[in-house]
Amino acid sequence: MEVLIDIVLLSLLVATAVALVMVRGLIASIMLTSVYGLLSASFFVTMGAVDVAFTEAAVGAGVSPLLLLFTVAVIGRKERAPEGGAVLVKSLLLVVVTGALLIVGTLDMPPFGSPDAPAQTHVAPYYLQQSGAEIGIPNVVTSVLASYRAYDTLGEVLVIFTAGVAVILILASSSHRGSARLRNATVPDGSPHTILQVVGKILIPFILLFAFYVQFHGEYGPGGGFQAGVIFASGVILYGLLFGLPTVCRVLPPPVMEVLAALGVLIFGLTGVMSLLNGAPFLDYSVLADDPVTAQHIGIMVIELGVGITVASVITAIYYAFANQLEPGPN
Amino acid sequence: MLTLTVIVILGVMLVALLRAYTSPNVFDRILAANLFGTKTVLLIATISYLLGSPAYLDIALAYALINFISVIGVLRLTELRNARRDQEAEKP
Amino acid sequence: MSTILAWTSDACLLVGSFLLLTGALGFLRFNDFYARIHACGVTETLATALIILGLLLQSDSATPQFKLALILLFVLFSSPTASHALAKAAWNAGLRPRDNSGKRGIPLPPRER
Repeated sequence: MEVLIDIVLLSLLVATAVALVMVRGLIASIMLTSVYGLLSASFFVTMGAVDVAFTEAAVGAGVSPLLLLFTVAVIGRKERAPEGGAVLVKSLLLVVVTGALLIVGTLDMPPFGSPDAPAQTHVAPYYLQQSGAEIGIPNVVTSVLASYRAYDTLGEVLVIFTAGVAVILILASSSHRGSARLRNATVPDGSPHTILQVVGKILIPFILLFAFYVQFHGEYGPGGGFQAGVIFASGVILYGLLFGLPTVCRVLPPPVMEVLAALGVLIFGLTGVMSLLNGAPFLDYSVLADDPVTAQHIGIMVIELGVGITVASVITAIYYAFANQLEPGPN
Repeated sequence: MLTLTVIVILGVMLVALLRAYTSPNVFDRILAANLFGTKTVLLIATISYLLGSPAYLDIALAYALINFISVIGVLRLTELRNARRDQEAEKP
Repeated sequence: MSTILAWTSDACLLVGSFLLLTGALGFLRFNDFYARIHACGVTETLATALIILGLLLQSDSATPQFKLALILLFVLFSSPTASHALAKAAWNAGLRPRDNSGKRGIPLPPRER
């Protein structure tokens, strides 16, 4: 049965990918992208990769189509007509070569679930056997992500922070270059969304509450700082979409968001420095308290909090940057 | 019965994808994506019972909460476009 | 007692699946966009409720039941809202309902494609 579900889901994924290539309208492409995300999340669930599925759910369902929609609103919705034949041949060649290399690469990979796979023989057995005694939380994914591989996670958070800074810089600089037409186009007050606003008022508290649940439940079930941050930002963006940018900026001012984005990374990094000061390697939490297992718990909670703060505020800040282009805010 | 439900949901997903691909209208595609969203909630919930691991329900919960945001984004986009068009029409 | 629960659960799942199929049929066959939204939205709400109810009756521990009830509650709020927002967006973009002969009922404003 599982195999059957996997086959059907993978076939649907391929069909979606083909449709994605074939459609011309950009909004249609965005919608098919979100369908692709939904299908891959279901596929991850059947494979048992719950944390990955959760990330895909949080990012692919709400925020990523929304940011793409904002982009389309800024740049226009039609794909440019294909250019001359030479460009077409060159890009086709590039795609074919890349695809062929990727397929050749898969030939060397061990079969799915093979016990001899490098992922199974390298450090994974150690993590699976020792994480209960060393870190003592039920979700091994969180142990690996936040403790054993904390250095990688710090890198990921830095990437998110840098990407956020880059997006804000690009959007802020382009708003000075002749998009006055965009800036002057405000949504008139003649379209009140009474139904949407009422439902939003009911749902937004639950979205924020769920984000906190995901944040602090990451040690016991699927979830963690990344997913929680995205869900929290989704709630904020929904509030902004329904009640307007000025309202949401009063609640969470853009400068505060920018400071918080840096603060999250700082919390993560300073945890590592704390380990250094206590005489352990960078980001080794076991020296942060008297009992190593308790210390690991504290370390994981603190760095997950840093991750959550950074992700939530970066996505909110990106939303502000886009919305400022589309409808003039208070600044 | 769970198996039947999963098969039906996958079938409905296929239909939605077909319609999304063949339709000339962009809103049909948005509707299909929206349909996919609620079907995914059901699919993940049913699969979690089929495979006997209720931890998966958190994912369905996340989808149920935030899946409709992109549709509201589309609504704002159409309003924005109308506002822009009206503004351009007002100019001489 | 448990047999009755199991039967009820199976019946809910069966009816829910049937409703999902009717919704998909409407989505595929109706010739007007607003009719398609209607087919999806109406059947979807009841079918979701029935399927989640069916799953709820199958579980015997409290946490999954609570989560399922929450999912049902949120879907009942968000799914009709999404349909409403989508219909409004289509109306804003200049899409008008057709009458039975397939003609557009209300004259269209000039619409860019």
